[in-house]
This record gives sequence, structure tokens and C-alpha cells, in this order.
Amino acid sequence: MKIKTEAGERHVLAITVDNEAGVLAKITGLFTARGYNIESLTVADITADHALSRITIVTSGPPPIIDQIIAQLDRLVPVHKVVDLTDAGETHVEREIALVKVAGTGDKRIEALRMADVFRAKVVDTTLTSFIFEITGTSDKVDRFIALMRECGLVEVGRTGVVAIARGPEAL
Amino acid sequence: MVVQALVDLGVDTVFGYPGGAVLPIYDALYKHPTIKHILVRHEQAATHAAEGYARSTGKPGVVLVTSGPGATNAVTGITDALLDSIPMVVLTGQVPTTLIGTDAFQECDTVGITRHCTKHNYLVMDPDRLGPIMHEAFHIATHGRPGPVVIDIPKNVQVATGTYSVPEFIQHNSYRPQVEPDADAIAQAIDMIAAAERPIFYTGGGIINAGPDASAALRQLVSLTGAPITSTLMGLGAFPADDPKWLGMLGMHGTYEANMAMNRADLIIAVGARFDDRVTGRLDAFSPDSKKIHIDIDRSSINKIVPVDLAVVGDAGRALDALIAAWGDKGHKARDLGEWWRRVDGWRATRCLDFPEKKEPDADIMPQRAVKALFDATRGMDPIITTEVGQHQMWAAQHFGFFAPNRWLTSGGLGTMGYGFPAAVGAQIANPNRLVICIAGEASLQMNIQEMGTVSQYRLPVKIFILNNEWMGMVRQWQELTYESRYSNSYSDSLPDFVKLADAYGWTGLRIDTLGQLEDGIAKMIDTPGPVIVDCRVAQLANCFPMIPSGAAHTDMILQPNDITGTMDDEAKALV
Ligand SMILES: Cc1ncc(C[n+]2csc(CCOP(=O)(O)OP(=O)(O)O)c2C)c(N)n1
Ligand SMILES: [Mg+2]
Repeated sequence: MKIKTEAGERHVLAITVDNEAGVLAKITGLFTARGYNIESLTVADITADHALSRITIVTSGPPPIIDQIIAQLDRLVPVHKVVDLTDAGETHVEREIALVKVAGTGDKRIEALRMADVFRAKVVDTTLTSFIFEITGTSDKVDRFIALMRECGLVEVGRTGVVAIARGPEAL
Repeated sequence: MVVQALVDLGVDTVFGYPGGAVLPIYDALYKHPTIKHILVRHEQAATHAAEGYARSTGKPGVVLVTSGPGATNAVTGITDALLDSIPMVVLTGQVPTTLIGTDAFQECDTVGITRHCTKHNYLVMDPDRLGPIMHEAFHIATHGRPGPVVIDIPKNVQVATGTYSVPEFIQHNSYRPQVEPDADAIAQAIDMIAAAERPIFYTGGGIINAGPDASAALRQLVSLTGAPITSTLMGLGAFPADDPKWLGMLGMHGTYEANMAMNRADLIIAVGARFDDRVTGRLDAFSPDSKKIHIDIDRSSINKIVPVDLAVVGDAGRALDALIAAWGDKGHKARDLGEWWRRVDGWRATRCLDFPEKKEPDADIMPQRAVKALFDATRGMDPIITTEVGQHQMWAAQHFGFFAPNRWLTSGGLGTMGYGFPAAVGAQIANPNRLVICIAGEASLQMNIQEMGTVSQYRLPVKIFILNNEWMGMVRQWQELTYESRYSNSYSDSLPDFVKLADAYGWTGLRIDTLGQLEDGIAKMIDTPGPVIVDCRVAQLANCFPMIPSGAAHTDMILQPNDITGTMDDEAKALV
């Protein structure tokens, strides 16, 4: 007997929560307990008094599941607000930062540097045999950069995951 | 400070069990003038007793247990309360803050363990926060969709001298459930109801949680519209069982008429019910031609399983009141539903709850007959009925009639064997002068049978009526249906002599063996003061029908035992 899973579309959710112990566990636990996907998750507090945190989750699923995820998140006691930034199409900006370490000498090293320039990645550390690049962009762009670096001596990658914000003058 | 807060919150009863990490609270409860502490014999029972207290009164149940094993023993009852939306506050002791995280004696990560089986939980690290948290916890447990809240209190926080403050008015900064239904949605709903040709009300535990007024409003709306009504297991009692519009319970062991009417309806009005899998049967065949209105306080229940045409988020009682008002304002008149009722009556004519039985005095008692006899004997006494989990639970739901809310206490969502007896204890504590009967299976009862001691200690007149079939009957039934009657570990071997057990605890024990003894036995149980256990021997191999086998549609009900097939494919087995 086969267990079926459904494919779905990618959604970016911005969740405002009380900055208190256990909130993150509650949210990630909800995703695992109900079998929802987390493709990326970022969190940091966003107010001067450190009372609120913003969690950005990239998830995927068919529309009814996304709707259900939002409703489930929304009813958690410490959750203030859940917004689906993907809801109205291309109305939000998404960024991710990656630190990419590349080791090598000679042509490979030069090629890496040239490519980094094309991608507007910054060199944040260098030795005679290595670079660390910092690249900012959409996950797509970061993916493409990392794929190219694989050919140029990639040794290590650290990524932040996605943060996102809606376009226009209004707050969430 | 904890006890002060409980007093301020109007708590009169706490169900608990002491231990090292809660000794300061127990000391404050010593000879307390207003708070009665009920000492259970196992912490799980404290949580179910609190559920029984809550379900029979509408007030939150309160539990007090120690750290570590005290807290872990409470987890089943907490989960049960979450799934059945029962307001409950559980206070757990914790090791001192200085020892948290060191694997100290009787330390466990209580907030971690209970994170996903509570509506919310707290670990109190600052004594000054204790007062506000206690008040907030009661607010959250009782507002919106009710549920259990755990407050984990380290021992040093219990003894610290913090300032106790009471929030004037709790307006939680993030938790604000929508109680008042949207007026446009109500207007739209009432038009849909007025226009429907084949409407049916499908109601659930949410009506009970919304208070007795909601049940009254439901009766009024049903009578205005003239539509038939069915309910889930948790919703029994909201609508009187002797009303001609009542179709009985729906779902896996619901009536044929309720399930057929749901299937053929052109409008389902779901109120405080959540389209559970035991209710819907096979989803793609669930009520294919109907529009659906869903009234629920919890938005996440809407469109979770069955997509609906109109969502009304809000308290069931307020929504029903608003619908009644809108019905009048718009001058709607009940349609002639005669054709629809003719069809419903046709399904009713199958008399799906009838069962084969012998009538001689020395015949075996059919369990359905025992429930009916109990129902007849207690009519007019307005009893509170609790059940354990299994066939006896379904027979009680099918054959015992309820006329008012808060009289029917059963574990629906979690299906917890061991719930019924402690729930009866809690209900009896809350309603000392009422007749409280636990309809039990011999297997389930043994899961919390130690509470006989609690009943003796507080001289509670609880009655336990065991439908003793010497089997985990529900398991045996599934094994017959699905596994060609390979009865793997479903026989209740080595049963105690329940009459002698009664004696050991200072109860009265009775045994009923044959049909001829049934009425007298029940009468004797009712007339005997104090706690009574009745070992009612019933036909061992009786099965619970009608039944929708797992993975089947509402229209594929098994009505009779001989409709059974011997095996199932893996897909069906997996749905069990
Ligand atoms: C704690 C727990 N364990 C296991 C089950 C699975 N289960 C459901 S009904 C049942 C048998 C109940 O037997 P009994 O109490 O004698 O009731 P009967 O079905 O015979 O009326 C079992 C084991 C359960 N519901 N709860
Ligand atoms: Mg049994």
C-alpha cells in the first residue's frame, strides 16, 4: 500500500509572535505534528523592547493546506498575526544571505572571484588559498551562485533562510 | 499566592495528588475554608475527574499534581481535554528554578511534554508573574474554544514572596477569539436555510460548550425551520431525544436515518461540530450534493476536512441567537419540508437500532436491552451518564436518550478507556445530589479502578453499571470485521470478582446474570444509598450496529450482523 502525498505551491508566511520561551518550539511542533513542510524558517525580535519576534516561514502545500496552516498558527495563544506574503502574487520582497567558503588556487580562484563579481557577492575574508563570499538575494539567486561555486572549490555554505516583507508603504 | 488566586478565581474544588514539588501549595490548602481538595488515587484520574466536573457544570476543572511522574500521569487527561475542548487548568509542581535542566530528582520537561497537548502552557520563573499568569490561564482555558492550560510552578517560586496582582480585566494581547458572528454571514446563512429543500442540522460538542442557552436557541431554530437534526457523540443532550425532529447520532455507529439524511441533504448546517473522520466516513462520498454552512468558534476547524460554502466564525450560542433574530427580521416562513420528511421517515422505517433478542427470563441480556432498561428506570431522575470507551459507549449513545446538555460525559476525540469512572467522580462532586451513573466496559473500568478508594473516602454515591461481556468488545468486533476473527489479545482474561471488589472498598456490589434479573437489579442499584457497582453480565458476542465500516460511505452502512464480510484490503485496514 502506498501513502500518497500532495504537491503544492510555495508560500512565504510572516508571523508576529510574543518573544517568549517556547514559541518557536510550539510553531515548529505544529508543523511536524500536522505534517506540514518547512522549507526555511528565520526568527529575530523586531521591537525596541524585545517583546515581539517576527518569524518568516517558507512552506509549501495545496491552497486548502496553506489556509489550514494559517488558521492553525493564528489560534496559537502567543501568535499575534499571520500574513501570507505570497497571497497577492509578486507583492513582496524576499532576501536571503549566504556565506560561501571556496578554497583553491590558480585559475579556479580567479574564476570564483570573477563569478562573485557578476553576482555582486562581497569578499568578507580571504587567505592565500581561500575566500569567504557574502551574497544577498532571493533564494534562487543564492542557489545559482552556490551551484557555480561547486565548480570552483566550494567547501562550506551557511545560509540564513528567507526574510520577506510586503511592498508598499503599509506595515503588516 | 497560588491558593489566593484560586480563591479569587472562584475555584471551589481541586482534584489532585501531592508530592515533593507541590508541598508548599498543599500546605496552603491544609484545612482550607473554601477550597475542597479531592485526593484521587492516580493523577490521570484527577484530570478526568476535572473533566467530569467541567463538562457537568460548564466551569473549568482544576488539577494539582507534583512534578515528574505526577505531571506525566496527567498527560492523557490533558490530551483528552484538548480533543474534546474541555476547560481545565492543571497546576504542576516543578523542581526549583536553580535545578531546572539538571535532571534533578522528579524533574521532567513538563512544558515541553505538554506543549502540544495543551491549548497553552506556562513555566513560571518569576514569582511576580504568578498572579497574572493564573488569571490569564483561566481566561484562556474558558474563552474561545475551551481547552486545557498547564501552569508549571517551580518549588522556589511557590515559596517566594512575590507581589500578587490581579489583572482588572483580561484583554490578552494576542489571544482574542472571535465570539460575535459576522452579520453578513448570518444574513446569508438564514437565507440559505430558508431556501433549502432538504436541510439538516448537524451539531456537536460546541453547542454544549456554549452553555445551556445555546441548546435552548438550537431548539428554537430547529422548530422555526422544521428541519431534521442529528448530532455527534459529543453533542448529545443539546436537543431532546424524544422530539420527532431528532434523528439520533450520526457517524460510524450513528443511525441509518441520520447518515442517509446527511448524504442526501441539500443543506447541512454544522454547528460546533468538526467533521471528524468518525462522522464523515469516506470523504469523497460525504454529502455530495449539499451546500454546507459551518458555525464554529475555531476558524481552523472550518475547511479543515470538508470544504464549506459559508463559514460563520463565532460562539455557537450567539450565532444561533443571531440566526433566530434574522429569521424573524427577514420574515422567513418555514417551508413545506413534507417531501423531505417522507424520505427521512422511510429511512427511519428500517428501525436500524433494533436488535435480535430472546425474551425468556433466563435468557442472556442483550447489552442494548440493558442500556434501554437503565434509561427507562432512570427517566425523570435527570441522571448524569458517563461512559468508558468501547461498544458499551456506543450502545449508551444509541439507546440512552438525553434531554438536556451537560448530562452526557464521554471521551470522544481521544477515546480514552479509563475516562468514564473518574469523570463520574468529578461529576458527582460537582452535583452531590444528582444520580451519576458510569456505564462501563469491564476492560475500560480496570484502567482507573483504583478510584473506588476516592469514592469511598468522600462517600460519593456513584453508580457503576458494567456491561460485562468479558471481551474488549469493540476490539473483538473489529477483529471479526477486518481480521477474520483472529482474536488477538482481546479477551478480558482473569477478571476480578467485581462484587467482592465492591465489598473490599466498602461499596455495594450487585450482579445481574439474566434478563429476568435486569429490572430488579437496576432498581436495587438506584435505591441503594452510597456507591454501587453492578456487574451486569451481557451476551458476550453481541456487536454494535449499525456501523459504517472504515473507508466506507454513509450509504454503505452495515445494518445487521450478517452483512459482515470477513476481511478487508490494506487501504481499509489503514483507516482504522
Ligand atoms: C487507553 C486506551 N487503550 C486502548 C484503547 C483501544 N480500545 C478501544 S475500545 C477497547 C476495548 C474496550 O473494552 P471494554 O471496556 O470491555 O468495552 P466493550 O467494547 O467490551 O464494551 C480498546 C482496547 C482505547 N480506546 N483506550
Ligand atoms: Mg467488554
